[in-house]
Amino acid sequence: MARALINVPSKAKRGEIIEIKALVSHPMETGYRTGPDGGLVPRDIISRFLCTYNGEEIFSADLFPAIAANPFLSFTTVATESGRIAFRWIDDKGQAHLETAEIVVE
Amino acid sequence: MSGLPNRKLRNAGIAGALGLGAALALAPEALPQERRSGFEFMSRESQVLQQDDTSNPGMLWVAEGEALWSARTGASGRTCADCHGDAAVSMKGVAARYPVYFAEQSRPIDLQGRINICREVNQNATPLPYESRELLALAAFIGKQSRGMPITAGDDQRLEPFRALGQELYERRQGQLNFSCANCHDDHWGRKLASSVIPQSHPTGYPLYRLEWQSVGSLQRRFRNCMVGVRAEPYPFGSPEYVNLELFLMTRARGMPLETPAIRP
Ligand code: HEC
Ligand code: HEC
Repeated sequence: MARALINVPSKAKRGEIIEIKALVSHPMETGYRTGPDGGLVPRDIISRFLCTYNGEEIFSADLFPAIAANPFLSFTTVATESGRIAFRWIDDKGQAHLETAEIVVE
Repeated sequence: MSGLPNRKLRNAGIAGALGLGAALALAPEALPQERRSGFEFMSRESQVLQQDDTSNPGMLWVAEGEALWSARTGASGRTCADCHGDAAVSMKGVAARYPVYFAEQSRPIDLQGRINICREVNQNATPLPYESRELLALAAFIGKQSRGMPITAGDDQRLEPFRALGQELYERRQGQLNFSCANCHDDHWGRKLASSVIPQSHPTGYPLYRLEWQSVGSLQRRFRNCMVGVRAEPYPFGSPEYVNLELFLMTRARGMPLETPAIRP
């Protein structure tokens, strides 16, 4: 299953402001809905999303049940050096996910 | 996620609009130059969401379909790509001409039906259930190969009786509210039903991501929503009635560009 579509420019000039986009595949089940048997469907949302640039945290977000399924997160950062941008997120099932992208800064 | 409460709202809205369809005389179907995709009735925000592949959640299903395209499946151990190669070449324009006439069974089949025939016959695998994530993903991936291409469905003369059946169903009043599809989509398109604008029901973007579903869904799921909306008993997924309806609507939408994977409210 496609877990996420990550969009990071592969190249940037030093000092340039770059836009980073992440579209994450997740049901974001609120925990307030009833299932076919009348019982509550257990909550399963991404609770935390984190982005690091060569190990340094540049963005993080706490997510809540009112956020739609398949959340889309976009933010900007300054391209400082070539390296790896890593995305981590964890959901209520305790499942941790990792996606990475490489960027070349000239 | 929002399915249940919204459906309630929708029914309340339809009940509120009762009398509207019953009172008005049949207006002619939109002329070709007046045809408008559901895209045009959407908010600017939803249009942008559809047009930008980096934010269109339907692309998650397309990516999954692309992975399935080259995954070994069934007793044959064959992938779709083993026989069909690069989908960008072999599947270009395919979705735009479905449903097609399937001579072996003397009936029309939709794209999902065709995918399942390949699974059964060419991969020795079990057919995928309608509305399963995998089948939607494959259909979205194949559909995307025709994005922007004009719809060409309905060329084959053998399809004509089935198209006519689809049209008859489209124009037949049904359900406790006693509305036909045409009552809303031909007679009252552009007007509002509760907070929703009534579109002309052109199936230009399927499978598509519907914000209310919080997911990608098929045209059949959309049909079922509208049937439940007028409190009619929907046909089960995979019913020939849905294929006939799709055939009628795709023929009616000939020339309009395919948008798969579209966004709809
Ligand atoms: C009471 C009015 C009403 C009736 C009757 C009705 N629909 Fe709809 N239909 C709607 C509305 C409203 C929408 C748009 C919903 C939205 O935007 O959330 C819609 C959406 C659709 C769409 C989606 C178009 C797109 O752009 O993706 C299709 C296809 C469709 N209907 C087909 C049908 C068919 C087939 C029938 C008959 C079985 C039918 N409808 C009956 C009100 C109706
Ligand atoms: C063993 C070879 C083989 C495999 C594997 C296979 N197919 Fe096919 N497929 C065919 C043949 C043969 C046809 C019929 C071509 C024709 O009628 O012109 C076909 C037709 C199709 C069509 C209709 C094309 C059209 O122009 O109408 C689609 C869509 C399709 N296959 C999808 C798939 C998918 C998706 C998979 C994997 C899940 C798959 N196929 C696996 C051989 C295969």
